Amino acid sequence: MPDVKTVYKKSPGLTDYTLTYCPGCTHGIIHKLVADSLVELDLLDRAIGISSVGCSALNYDFFSCDMVQVAHGRAPAAATGIKRVRPDAILFTYQGDGDLASIGIAEAIHAAHRSENITIVFVNNAIYGMTGGQMAPTTLIGQKTTTSPDGRDAKTTGLPLKISEMMATIPGATYVERVSVHDPKHVNKAKKALKKAFEIQNNKQGFSLIEFISTCPVNWGMTPKDAIDWAVENMIPYYPLGVFKDATKEDDAQ
Amino acid sequence: MSKVLMKGNEAMALAAIKAGVEAFYGYPITPQNELPEYMSKHMAEHDRVFVQSESEVAAINMVYGAAGAGARVMTSSSSPGIALKQEGISYIAGAELPAVIINVMRGGPGLGGIQPSQGDYKQITRGGGNGDYYLYSLAPESLQEAVDLIKEAFDIADYFRNPVMIAVDGLIGQMMEPVDFDHPVPKWDLPPKTWAADGNRKNGREKNIINSLYLDPAVLEQHNLKLKAKYDEMKRDHQRYEMINMESADIVIVAFGSTARIARTAVEILADNGIRCGIIRPIAIFPFPTNAFDEIPDHVKDILVVEMNTGQMVDDVRLADKCRRNIHFYGRVGGIVPEAEEIVEQVMTIVGGDN
Repeated sequence: MPDVKTVYKKSPGLTDYTLTYCPGCTHGIIHKLVADSLVELDLLDRAIGISSVGCSALNYDFFSCDMVQVAHGRAPAAATGIKRVRPDAILFTYQGDGDLASIGIAEAIHAAHRSENITIVFVNNAIYGMTGGQMAPTTLIGQKTTTSPDGRDAKTTGLPLKISEMMATIPGATYVERVSVHDPKHVNKAKKALKKAFEIQNNKQGFSLIEFISTCPVNWGMTPKDAIDWAVENMIPYYPLGVFKDATKEDDAQ
Repeated sequence: MSKVLMKGNEAMALAAIKAGVEAFYGYPITPQNELPEYMSKHMAEHDRVFVQSESEVAAINMVYGAAGAGARVMTSSSSPGIALKQEGISYIAGAELPAVIINVMRGGPGLGGIQPSQGDYKQITRGGGNGDYYLYSLAPESLQEAVDLIKEAFDIADYFRNPVMIAVDGLIGQMMEPVDFDHPVPKWDLPPKTWAADGNRKNGREKNIINSLYLDPAVLEQHNLKLKAKYDEMKRDHQRYEMINMESADIVIVAFGSTARIARTAVEILADNGIRCGIIRPIAIFPFPTNAFDEIPDHVKDILVVEMNTGQMVDDVRLADKCRRNIHFYGRVGGIVPEAEEIVEQVMTIVGGDN
């Protein structure tokens, strides 16, 4: 029998549950990155994940750490409540753009404002996925959704909200980075960002948020490949990738 | 221990600290502000957690999180703020988490006023948020009773894995009375919180999930029935009430909280006038003390419900009395507290009238 070498396997940070996500969406990749990061940093048995409301509402079954499912938009508040009484736990919220950028914007801002020692995994696919493709604060101008059937119109709905840029202006925020998972190079970069965020939390250095540019092939009405291309061509120019805030560097400079 | 003179809101805060509360999450609102203010100073002294949240909504979700992590946790607010917390309270009940919520009631609806009220009776006793659930709800009439009930409330919440509401009005929150903090209260037999999602799996335990989502109707039905069994147990075994002056009574007042206390004075005045009046004082307003109505002497034909609202408890009294007696109501609203003399006049009218 020839030598068999494992070159790729499911993360022990994930359970054997079948994911409930539509084919071709990037939630699966992001889940794997979160799970791998926790495992590689040896944080998995101290981790508590917060499932929000949206496509990821059921991910309390997918991660193999302690999980708490919460009300729409309230994940950073629940994470705050836990972290303050269990400071040795590693807290991450997993929130979509409807959950964080719309109904939960106050909780997200104030968790950063207090520099809560938690990590927000923010998945921006520019649409409400689970409820069937409605317009989100992050929907691009001209983008068609079920509640902007003629395309998002800036005159009546404003301009798409840039969460990472906004969060970076909050004095209490320690680390804010926007990443993408559209190709292997960017997947690796995204994992580095996540690990940095969890390390910051483990060092008790405060609030971190990693925004993922994501896709929603079904509600965008595209094939998975076209959705990836659309995200690269349309989302990344408006939502540029990069580190928007790194207070750990500022600390070093002082 | 000797008694100490304290303001209601501060005494309730200290009672919670004595009960071992590990975290307080709250948002300012009159007339309960002295409670979080006291906590902000004294929780840190005990190496415990105080957070002034960005909203009542955030505060109750912080409570949800900490309760899910197995901590003894509480929040306090007043009527409009409690209305905002209903979403989180429903999740706490749905996820079967223990928590203590203090409501220092003020007038409503809307922004209403800041003076005492019992206008949240229906909201408190019917659950308050979406779905089939109830809160074990206690309505003390004095600071001593408030302190005693708060000390026990954390045990009750842990026992049922359900939120407990302490419902007082602004009068109890704002007044000063001597209180004995070492007054003994019942201790409940509590199992360890092996269900907590506390991020401590170094010992190799399986993951824990805190959740109120059940997409399979058959599973959600079983969950609803499991919750119902708890509320049935509360109703069957944990009614709390005081019968005052009942054996000799010719007429009965039903009143809770501050109003019951005023009714006590009314009963004394009535006795001086030769009228024998008893009081049923619900200490728990959920479960409602239905058993008390079976203990009213047969010859009593009239019940007067007195509240600081427009008669929210009357339905419960009718159901508990099972149409045996005439039910009358007297209430003051808007933040106006009824005088004992007003209650006396109501009783006199009923006793002397053709009712």
